Amino acid sequence: MTSIASIAAPPRAGFDVRRIREDFPILRQTVHGKPLVYLDNAATTQKPRAVLDALMAYYSEDNANVHRGVHLLSERATQAFEDARATVQRFINAASTREIVFTRNATEAVNLVAQTFGRTRLGPGDEVVISAMEHHSNIVPWQMVCEDKGASLRVIPITDEGALQLEEYERLLGSHTRLVSIVHLSNVLGTINPAQQMIATAHRHGVPVLIDGSQAAHHMTVDVQALDADFYVFTGHKLYGPTGIGVLYGKERLLEELPPYQGGGDMIKSVTFEKTTYNALPYKFEAGTPNIAGAVGLAAAVDYVTAIGMGAVTAHERDLLAYGTAALSGVPGLTLIGTAPEKASVLSFVMDGVHPHDIGTIVDREGVAIRTGHHCAQPLMQRLGIAATARASLALYNTREEIDALVAALHKVRELFT
Amino acid sequence: MSDLRELYQEVILDHNRRPRNFRAIEGANRHAEGYNPLCGDRLSLYLKVEEGVITDASFQGSGCAISKASASMMTDSVKGKTLNEARGMFEQFHQMVTGNADPLAHPERLGKLAVFEGVRNYPARVKCASLAWHTLRSAVDAKDEVVSTEAE
Repeated sequence: MTSIASIAAPPRAGFDVRRIREDFPILRQTVHGKPLVYLDNAATTQKPRAVLDALMAYYSEDNANVHRGVHLLSERATQAFEDARATVQRFINAASTREIVFTRNATEAVNLVAQTFGRTRLGPGDEVVISAMEHHSNIVPWQMVCEDKGASLRVIPITDEGALQLEEYERLLGSHTRLVSIVHLSNVLGTINPAQQMIATAHRHGVPVLIDGSQAAHHMTVDVQALDADFYVFTGHKLYGPTGIGVLYGKERLLEELPPYQGGGDMIKSVTFEKTTYNALPYKFEAGTPNIAGAVGLAAAVDYVTAIGMGAVTAHERDLLAYGTAALSGVPGLTLIGTAPEKASVLSFVMDGVHPHDIGTIVDREGVAIRTGHHCAQPLMQRLGIAATARASLALYNTREEIDALVAALHKVRELFT
Repeated sequence: MSDLRELYQEVILDHNRRPRNFRAIEGANRHAEGYNPLCGDRLSLYLKVEEGVITDASFQGSGCAISKASASMMTDSVKGKTLNEARGMFEQFHQMVTGNADPLAHPERLGKLAVFEGVRNYPARVKCASLAWHTLRSAVDAKDEVVSTEAE
């Protein structure tokens, strides 16, 4: 391991991970008497001071309900909420703020499309195409609506390395296909799927595409217009923002055609007991008081990442991934799961003779937080023929020294189990 | 490492490496499936019960060291016990790993199983240790029936 550890990290102009770490108060602590090494970023990321301050400032100074009051605080809260929408719009290069719908999380965004699109566009014999590496959140909503409508799911297979089999994908697209819904960056394998190419393929068949960008939005630049995505979903809490806020991007034309998701306040234009007319986009899909502070916090997170530069983040994480891949490969009996040529930020692995749960407990006592289990992707685990993996996942504040700490902890696992 | 040894005691590591009773029982008349949806661990438990006494016990499946060792030691310890005694052992074991009882108050009741006491300090692992025991309780409470391989 010493040879790997002695490789000096290349200096990168403008990206100082030491300084960045100081922006994250939670990272300063020790756990079980060891410095915290947080490598569970695919589950959720930690929050920079800028996000915590924005939440505090919103509740301390601006809090009111949005879109209704004529009083000053309501105007300020509405302004903050709509400014957050504009920040998200610019972040993913959407054409209009009408295309940015705030949800609770990515799961709710997928469910919104599954229910509204599914209710109006799916019928008996129709098909929805997903992939073998989907998170449960991009499987179950489609299963539910398919069951209701007599439609069925078709699944793009993967290679043993964890890449989608694109020839099979093209073969699945046919006259019965109504929608393709695939993950941009796999939470288990780290695979980056060729979203732009896959969308173009689907569009040649006249099929719209939803991209689940839950793991992608904080690791790489996302441009929904360049992708030509019809729907793109992601969540705030993996993007250094608060929990309880997510985003559905949808092309305006498509969103216009879809019926509302939930009924209630804010999503209506006028209500009588005879008939209700619905509000304009995006409010048609935002029933009830939204997570205003969450949106404000998400915007602060987006501003934080944007100020650092997504290009610099991607480059830093790519360096860490390469370093981590080499370092983990040197641990005796360790096998990396997910070795597709295009991948980012995720190091899933298994170890001979040691269950991932035991790995997780032992490295935790060394201060290292990783995730173990099926990662909400049971069909993928079945495809790989394993019950679970251990997963280290990276964020912009991680360092090579933290990878070294993980590797040292894994040697302790070996020590205990042999 | 010292506090980890409290959880991963030598006897637990030994049962993980060489699980006892890791087989199906020909002619088992109680069978239950245990499943931990959190980690995907699965366990099949087989009992042979004759006149209210467990004359043989075995298991198959996959799981972490704690769950495998727990199943291994449990199947060893319930052999020769009546169904009621097995129910009582479930209660005692469960109380011990959830930290609701002091095993040292009645060390004779759980015997060797007291090595799982350290689990109470690892709340995320309590389900690993108790999976086999929950499965046992469901097998003990089930109606007598011959396990059919067709039903698998």
